[in-house]
Amino acid sequence: MSSATATPTPTATPTAKDRRSFSPGRVVAWAFLVLFILLTLFPFYWMLRTALSNNVALAANSANLLPADLTLGAFRRVLGLATLEEAQAQGGSGASLSFWLYLRNSLVVAVLVTVGQVFFSSMAAYAFARLRWRGRDVVFAFFLSALLVPPIFVALPNFLTIQSFGLLNTLPGIALPTMLMTPFAVYFMRQFFLGIPRELDEAAKIDGASHLRIFWRVIMPMSIAPITTLSLLQFIAAWNDYLWPLLVGQTEGSRVLTVALGVFRSQTPQGSPDWAGLMAATLIAAIPILVLYLLLARRIVNSIGFTGIK
Amino acid sequence: MSSQLTPTVPATVAGTVRRPRTTRPRRRGGDARVAAFFLFPAAVGFVLFFLWPTVRGIWLSLTDFNLFGRGEFVGVDNYVDIAQDDLFWNSMLVTLYYVVLNIGFQTAIALGLAVLMQRLTTSLLVRICLLLPYLVANVVVALLWFWLLDFQIGIVNTALDWLGASRLAFFGSEDLAIPTIAFVNVWRHMGYTALLIFAGLQMIPPTVYEAASVDGASEWRTFWSITLPLLRPVLVLVLIITVTGSFQVFDTVAVTTGGGPVNASRVIQVYIVERAFERSDFGYASALSVVLFVILAVIAFAQNKWLRGGESDLA
Repeated sequence: MSSATATPTPTATPTAKDRRSFSPGRVVAWAFLVLFILLTLFPFYWMLRTALSNNVALAANSANLLPADLTLGAFRRVLGLATLEEAQAQGGSGASLSFWLYLRNSLVVAVLVTVGQVFFSSMAAYAFARLRWRGRDVVFAFFLSALLVPPIFVALPNFLTIQSFGLLNTLPGIALPTMLMTPFAVYFMRQFFLGIPRELDEAAKIDGASHLRIFWRVIMPMSIAPITTLSLLQFIAAWNDYLWPLLVGQTEGSRVLTVALGVFRSQTPQGSPDWAGLMAATLIAAIPILVLYLLLARRIVNSIGFTGIK
Repeated sequence: MSSQLTPTVPATVAGTVRRPRTTRPRRRGGDARVAAFFLFPAAVGFVLFFLWPTVRGIWLSLTDFNLFGRGEFVGVDNYVDIAQDDLFWNSMLVTLYYVVLNIGFQTAIALGLAVLMQRLTTSLLVRICLLLPYLVANVVVALLWFWLLDFQIGIVNTALDWLGASRLAFFGSEDLAIPTIAFVNVWRHMGYTALLIFAGLQMIPPTVYEAASVDGASEWRTFWSITLPLLRPVLVLVLIITVTGSFQVFDTVAVTTGGGPVNASRVIQVYIVERAFERSDFGYASALSVVLFVILAVIAFAQNKWLRGGESDLA
């Protein structure tokens, strides 16, 4: 390590030390990094491998890296495509699962939350970033203070509110509390709006455009990138949420996927659960997020610095 | 965009000079009315689902409200009961145990990962892989590890068997339930936390490292004398996010152990939900969540104060 050359190149960065790339320290460091990546990815592979297995054959091949008796049976069971006999022959419980319904419910809730929240929070952010009015900063600080309130704290009273609206066990009831705003969404959009040059809306204003028009025709089209990022983050959050939908959506018709997975797991017999079915269901629940991530990984990864370093 | 903006007033010769002036008086009075319009939906959401429930939650904690009828005002009775509630103290201890394990390992591993990434590669692919567990639902992660750690045919126990070690009932034994749940959540969050720290590392100017390298500092010395001190504000922020987050662990426990065996993994948030919805003690559960709220606020405040989170050593 002491072999560092005394003539640093002007563009040298900590990562540009190619000349020493075969030192023992670096090999060990790479080994660690690869180990962690494997530790991260292997469980996902194992989920896929199990989902493609025949549940009966699973016990005998518990360590085989390939699917035990490769079959799509688990997926067919979960999606309700298998007959009762077929399901039981493969070690499924035969209990039917309205997976399509839960999938639809999750989709409806996540879309309602995302579209509503991003739009209404953007409107609020416009008021905080582009308009001048007395008390603006105080009101904004007030909005932000809601970030400190733990979700469980508002969950109990919100349950009563949703109940008094008669929206228990409905999808709008699940979506409503985060549909109109979250402090984070307002903050996120405001940060971006603050960076847009004032001349733009000044010019539009001189042309006689109303604020509504400036917001919709000038500011929003310029903000496609942060809107996409925010939508992604909030869609994922809404799709993955468990506690609130568990409290509010308890009937079959209002159950979302995460809650259904919990129910599915508690329904499987204690002795030998339908592991292949459970992993197939779990994988299906994760697929929309995995697909979104595949398509927009760069955007999500790059947004992490922003969400953390406020 | 702007091409579709049709001027309401024809742009005549006189326009250019006078129009900016006519907009000024409106500006001086402020855009209060327009702002009210833009703020309306979000304000309704804020008042209805953040402000009002906060006030109502505090009020409920002073009543014996249950889901079947109206509650009576009971003053601080709930809080007195909490102080004498063994299950509450147990849940606090269990939660604390979980937080210490979770945060300790998560921060150490994430810091290591972030430094590895900084020194070895800025590859997007590596970051994409490491973030993957963070994006899937807690419930999915919980069920996945429930299967990996299954006593009978889970791959981890099969591997233990193969190594000659004895099988472990990870979720089923009182001693292992919390460490296991902590491990599962470390696995889910380590990539995310590493990326937060990595973002902080990127803000340290490369010149500092060059200087250290010129002086012949070892990697180890560089880490302790440069990276760690300069990273402190970022680490404080990460700690505030992760500590307050891990105090509220719920999904993983609810799906895997449900709080058991016996009370071994009944963390505070599981206890709150149980009191509120299984026993219908809404007032008592509200008091419990006030206690949790206060604890989290104190932690966030103390962390910021003690660790001098606002200051940077970079100045």
